[in-house]
Amino acid sequence: MAVSDARISLPDSGTSTPQVDAASAAPAAGSGTRPMIEFNSITKRYLENQPAVENLSMTIDKGAITVFVGPSGCGKTTSLRMINRMVEPTSGTITVDGKDVSTIPAASLRRSMGYVMQSAGLLPHRTVTDNVATVLRLNKVPRAQARHRAEELLDVVGLSARMGKRYPSQLSGGQQQRVGVARALAADPPVLLMDEPFSAVDPVVRAELQQELLRLQRDLAKTIVFVTHDIDEATVLGDKVAVFATGGRLAQYAAAEEILRAPVDDFVANFVGRDRGFRHLAFSTADSVPIHPVRTATESERGQRSAQQSRPPSDAAGWVLAVDDAHRPLGWISPADGSALLPGGSLFHEGQTLRRALDAVLSSPAGLGVAVDDAGSVTGVVKAPEVLAAIENARRQREGGL
Amino acid sequence: MAWLVANFSEVLSLAGLHLYQSVVPLLISVLIAVPLAQLARMNKTLRGLLLSAGSILYTVPSLALFVILPVILGTRILDMANVMVALVIYAVALLLRSTLDALESVDDGIRQAAVAMGYKPFMRFLTVDLPLSVPVLFAGLRVVSVSNISLVSVGALLGIGSLGSLFTDGLKRDFVTEIVIGIIGTLLLALLMDAFLVLAQRLLTPWLRNDGGLTKATAESNSDDEPAVVSA
Repeated sequence: MAVSDARISLPDSGTSTPQVDAASAAPAAGSGTRPMIEFNSITKRYLENQPAVENLSMTIDKGAITVFVGPSGCGKTTSLRMINRMVEPTSGTITVDGKDVSTIPAASLRRSMGYVMQSAGLLPHRTVTDNVATVLRLNKVPRAQARHRAEELLDVVGLSARMGKRYPSQLSGGQQQRVGVARALAADPPVLLMDEPFSAVDPVVRAELQQELLRLQRDLAKTIVFVTHDIDEATVLGDKVAVFATGGRLAQYAAAEEILRAPVDDFVANFVGRDRGFRHLAFSTADSVPIHPVRTATESERGQRSAQQSRPPSDAAGWVLAVDDAHRPLGWISPADGSALLPGGSLFHEGQTLRRALDAVLSSPAGLGVAVDDAGSVTGVVKAPEVLAAIENARRQREGGL
Repeated sequence: MAWLVANFSEVLSLAGLHLYQSVVPLLISVLIAVPLAQLARMNKTLRGLLLSAGSILYTVPSLALFVILPVILGTRILDMANVMVALVIYAVALLLRSTLDALESVDDGIRQAAVAMGYKPFMRFLTVDLPLSVPVLFAGLRVVSVSNISLVSVGALLGIGSLGSLFTDGLKRDFVTEIVIGIIGTLLLALLMDAFLVLAQRLLTPWLRNDGGLTKATAESNSDDEPAVVSA
């Protein structure tokens, strides 16, 4: 049960991703947001070399996730590090909440922002609790109070208090990243800088951490600047996405949906990749796709079936969806071989996006995408031609709407 | 053996002198070598200068140094301070390189993380760089501690009391037992110091102790929280 569940839901990250994408992309695309961080003609040049960042001007919205994405050497990390003065710009100014960062002492500026880095960057000689409490202790919060707050934060990021006594080397990569996020949140900073935080963990854990970050962000509404080289991560997380090109040029800065739908130039189009059309489906709901009834069989019914195996399957379509007693999908039974249970494809939760609907169809051995309700029980199936029709429909509407 | 029993208090006080003359310079040399190494780490020119100075100093014969130092320091030739100052010079010369290696053994990512969190340089050095360099630092300390204990004996040639006095006295009197006891005593002292340093390192690096022992750690924390389950 557990295994087939995992198989069914793995191919894409969580269950609510595309909804969040679509929902959170909308306000950022509007103009009602306030600026939190501003880059004004920032250039960073290392010695004689070509500039790492060239004449960058951009505004980062308050309370939103802005993702810097691009190939290596495009200046995305350098740009991030100029915000907390880990790197000083050659020319130009950066303001945070209206204040020029170069006028704020570096150490106190850094303490006023959370920072999460690749492979967590935890201090190996401090326990998990003390790691989380680091910035509080630097801000002279009494030890007991700092530890108490640290323990609360472990809970916020989904770690048990028991983990607090361990050293970082005794945690898994995913747990270390959670501690890294907890540490960044400890002093409750309005700005969170995240430098490829999830790139060192495996894809399954990464998807979990992304969902976790989105969940936290719904409650906390921090201004998050997130650096990644993974365009998929960028579109999943970003309210706005800034695509950097080699040489430190900002190629496109727009809502994730727009980057996928309308890349401004060949560089962006190439960078977002071949699957961008498919990924863009994550921004349209699949409400118009009809859900058809499907033949299901519970375990006991299947038992009867194999007992009467000599008899040929009764109808021509043939595929039967095996379900458990709560009507949750277990796998498919093919008309050719009535006894074997084939693992199912990804699940389409009602109300999800066209991307999910299409993936459910494509990944199903029966060519039928299994639709489930919030409780996870089967409500029916979606069919490929109808999903494609809905996709075409969405495109026409967009054309008309623009 | 009978000789040892008869002279036990004498041997013990020589051992005490020996330990004193090797441990005090060791401590002083750490206090000098650590800041020097950090300076060397920050400045390339200084680094070359300090490392060559260290190598050159280490090649000066110890006996020569013991004799020259009183002239420079204005101490009397039989002053224990001569031996100790000489040992500090050797120890710093040796420790400089290993301390530099120790500081450079700290993962730069961790250092960056500390900077990003808002550590000021000096605090970062004391509370992040230094503790994390302890394993490599102690490897260097163990070498210097043994080297110090052996060098202290040379002072006996000048008549400065230590277990080395047992060699010089034994040679003068052609009395092998005394020489052997001097050698064994020195060896024991070196082993004792080494054991002490190993223990100190273990105490200073609790995070390295359970390395890889995830299951053990889990078991421990479980038993903390749910003793009933464990006993059942």
